[in-house]
Amino acid sequence: MRYLPKSPADREAMLQATGLRSVDDLFTPIPAEYRLTRDLRIPRQMAESEIVDWFRQRSHENGEGYTSFLGAGAYLHYRPVVIDALISRGEFLTAYTPYQAEISQGTLQSIFEFQTMICELTGMEVANASMYDGSTAAAEAVMMAVRLTGRRSVVVARSLHPEYREVLATYATHQGMPVSVAGFGDDGRVNLKELEKAITPETACVLMQSPNFFGTIEDVVAIADLAHRHGVMLVVSIAEAVSLGIVEPPRQADIIAMEAQSFGVPLGFGGPYCGVIATREKYVRQMPGRLVGQTTDKHGKRGFVLTLATREQHIRREKATSNICTNQALVALMVNIFMTVYGKVGLKELARQNLAKTVYAAGQFAKYGKVLFGGAPRFNEFVVTTSEPPHAINSRLLGHKMVGGLPLKKFYPELGNASLWCCTELTTRSAIDTAVGLVAESERSVRSAKEEVEEVAR
Amino acid sequence: MRRMTRKATRHASQNEGLIFEKSSAGKAAWKLPPLDVPEVDAAQLLGSSERKDLGSMPEVSEIEIIRHFTRLSTWNYAIDLGMYPLGSCTMKYNPRVNEAVARVEGIANAHPYQPERISQGALRIIKTLSECLIEITGMDAITLQPAAGAHGEMTGLLMVRAYHQAQGNARKKILIPDSAHGTNPASAAIVNYAVENLKSDSRGMVDLAALEAQMNEDVAALMLTNPNTLGVFEQDIIRIAGILHAKGGLLYMDGANMNALVGKARPGDFGVDVMHLNLHKTFSTPHGGGGPGSGPVAIKKILEPFLPKPVVITHPDGTLGFDYNRPQSVGRVRAFYGNFGMFVRALAYIQANGPDGLRQTTEDAVLNANYVRKGLEGVYDLPYSTPTMHEVVFSDKLQAKNGVRTMDIAKRLIDYGFHPYTTAFPLIVPGALMIEPTESEPKEELDLFIEAMKSIAEEVEEDPQTVLDAPHSTRVSRLDETAAARKPVLRWKPTS
Repeated sequence: MRYLPKSPADREAMLQATGLRSVDDLFTPIPAEYRLTRDLRIPRQMAESEIVDWFRQRSHENGEGYTSFLGAGAYLHYRPVVIDALISRGEFLTAYTPYQAEISQGTLQSIFEFQTMICELTGMEVANASMYDGSTAAAEAVMMAVRLTGRRSVVVARSLHPEYREVLATYATHQGMPVSVAGFGDDGRVNLKELEKAITPETACVLMQSPNFFGTIEDVVAIADLAHRHGVMLVVSIAEAVSLGIVEPPRQADIIAMEAQSFGVPLGFGGPYCGVIATREKYVRQMPGRLVGQTTDKHGKRGFVLTLATREQHIRREKATSNICTNQALVALMVNIFMTVYGKVGLKELARQNLAKTVYAAGQFAKYGKVLFGGAPRFNEFVVTTSEPPHAINSRLLGHKMVGGLPLKKFYPELGNASLWCCTELTTRSAIDTAVGLVAESERSVRSAKEEVEEVAR
Repeated sequence: MRRMTRKATRHASQNEGLIFEKSSAGKAAWKLPPLDVPEVDAAQLLGSSERKDLGSMPEVSEIEIIRHFTRLSTWNYAIDLGMYPLGSCTMKYNPRVNEAVARVEGIANAHPYQPERISQGALRIIKTLSECLIEITGMDAITLQPAAGAHGEMTGLLMVRAYHQAQGNARKKILIPDSAHGTNPASAAIVNYAVENLKSDSRGMVDLAALEAQMNEDVAALMLTNPNTLGVFEQDIIRIAGILHAKGGLLYMDGANMNALVGKARPGDFGVDVMHLNLHKTFSTPHGGGGPGSGPVAIKKILEPFLPKPVVITHPDGTLGFDYNRPQSVGRVRAFYGNFGMFVRALAYIQANGPDGLRQTTEDAVLNANYVRKGLEGVYDLPYSTPTMHEVVFSDKLQAKNGVRTMDIAKRLIDYGFHPYTTAFPLIVPGALMIEPTESEPKEELDLFIEAMKSIAEEVEEDPQTVLDAPHSTRVSRLDETAAARKPVLRWKPTS
């Protein structure tokens, strides 16, 4: 086996040194009747070339080279090549959690820079070293608000990513946290009246997303006012990090739960991604997840360590703020490098291009289908309703090697034939025109079929 | 007096400040293509939601970024540099073919919501890995959705709770041995179960009499790590399972130490009802400085209705798909389907090994731990003489007489060119040195490690101060953690 660095003679010598006669002696602690005496029924040992070939075939089956208009919490942005060049260095890739600070300063300093940039971008005072993903970060942020307020219930916006809502429901059920939902209005934004009605004296926090699941930018200032008037904390989820380049961050929030996948992390069929929680300094001791802090060593030299570990499970066990143990360090490093590459000016320009493509696309779609939620600003996603079910249109788009918008009926039955479309800096004008052309064709054929029926009826 | 070490030599390492300290206006590492659609007026479109300024975000060039992160990387220790004997962490070699196949275009760029028709490859990867892991664990079904080990624990306990609820009583508590990982009690708390400690006996194993006495209809499950954190196989496992099952409880196995069992024994065969695996331990996906992990949960049939949704199914026409229609499911524990990129890597590892390679891997891991044990017995105190599987736990009892504790020995090991072992864990061993070499170490590296540990033991006798002041060869030494926690500085701030 090519990963095992021993010759048969080495093994023999080592067995002898330990005073054992055979390998079987090593396993005598396992009762004989539970020792496996046959081969595992798994694929045979494969050569590296066969493994590469096997995964290439899976890649073909997955469809390569499609132009996609899918967003909905997972975004295709360009990944600068320096990201993979740097994260492939064994010193980053094959290191453990930086508990031994003296030989982990590389990881620690890069996380400190990550925390700093997340603070800058979100307008918060502290950010952690990352969480599993945006959905679990949102659930953890809610539990944090529950601890901080001593209240148990939560109001969640229906315009929050539906799968984030499902994850919250799973966590909340067993924590005995009642969850109520506030709907959205004709502009796609949280319905403030419904929200106010849903808040009770037991409400710990309001959880919302901006830009929300429909791509609409919420009126965070108004929602924060409302929440704070009732002594309720505001948790804002951000699923599309690139928006932070041009959209004012939700500075009025008490906790921000973010998904940073857009910053240089491959789509990878849904993971691994990079959640982050950012908040005010005064709440830091109730924050879940690892934190890196600056300190000095015994010679007075600047260095970095994991800190405030007394919140964490390996010290506090069942009294910890969370059971979370790992963060997403290597993914956070991708995010860190991405933020460093684009920086102060590039992130803004990147966001501006996303906005421009989306304005163009939404404008073109509006000529043939109906674009919903026009009354509020949006970032890089928009909702289109069509006469034909979106699945049918998407089937035809697949024939042109294009993946159309996400049909929303599964998550929002009330929206009928609506689908959620996304444009990023990688979406070309010609792809938009082709997609719009197919939607237009669909609308024309439905209309003429309808006219035919009416003709016959007459 | 400084001893010579055969493994490491000091050499110059580059200094490097924070990236913000290199930033200046007008430098850039990015270039966007010309816009092929009309320009927009953000102020007009976004109104008060328009962001004007990005604060202190850096402005640097590409070469500076490459140097910055390359310099930082050289300050890390890594498996690629040498032995990483962290007990219970299974720091094994991370094969590079895993990384290569995870970056194949149709895999790396697959969107989680792309139509099933063009997701067959991804679904096949999920299904094939699931089948392999079910066979390896001897269980009946599996979910790959949990993002890490602790997340898997939570998911497993959610299923335990749902199972008991379906029987009419969710029950109140989880039994956890005092040798368990900290995540076990923390996960039980997240699922709103009370935690009751179970003490270990003189062999370092579950005390059967205590278990018998504490087991009743309020206990939902026992969470057991096997081999446990002493590296000891729970020989009474089948009686433990019997005691639980007799009172309707379930046996949860923390699979953190599965590297001792793969291909040699299957938890499903010895009474385990639910267990999680750590793909980043046993199945070679890289730790990456603290993540991403992946924590699949394998279960027996009785728990199948409660699996998180969606689950992968085969349609009548032979194609694969996701099934969301699972009325008894505990729900979702994460958006999308889990850390898919880690599934790809774990499967590539299983393929590279096959049944014979996995068995040999386990044998080598156990052989390595026993070899280290033999080499250091007598030099360091061995609190439990029970046979060792994949890891061995010593204590600092002999060295403590000279005022040297496990953390000091660990720090001195750095000077000898090794990453420290796990210190001060498990909690049942005061001053623990927990050593897990894994299968990835050749005999030569193990000999150097044993030699280093012996040399440090001699230093403790002759010149304890050298050990107490260690490490001597690193960029920074003995960072002030108390100050860091008392007045936390968690971000850089511009000095204006």
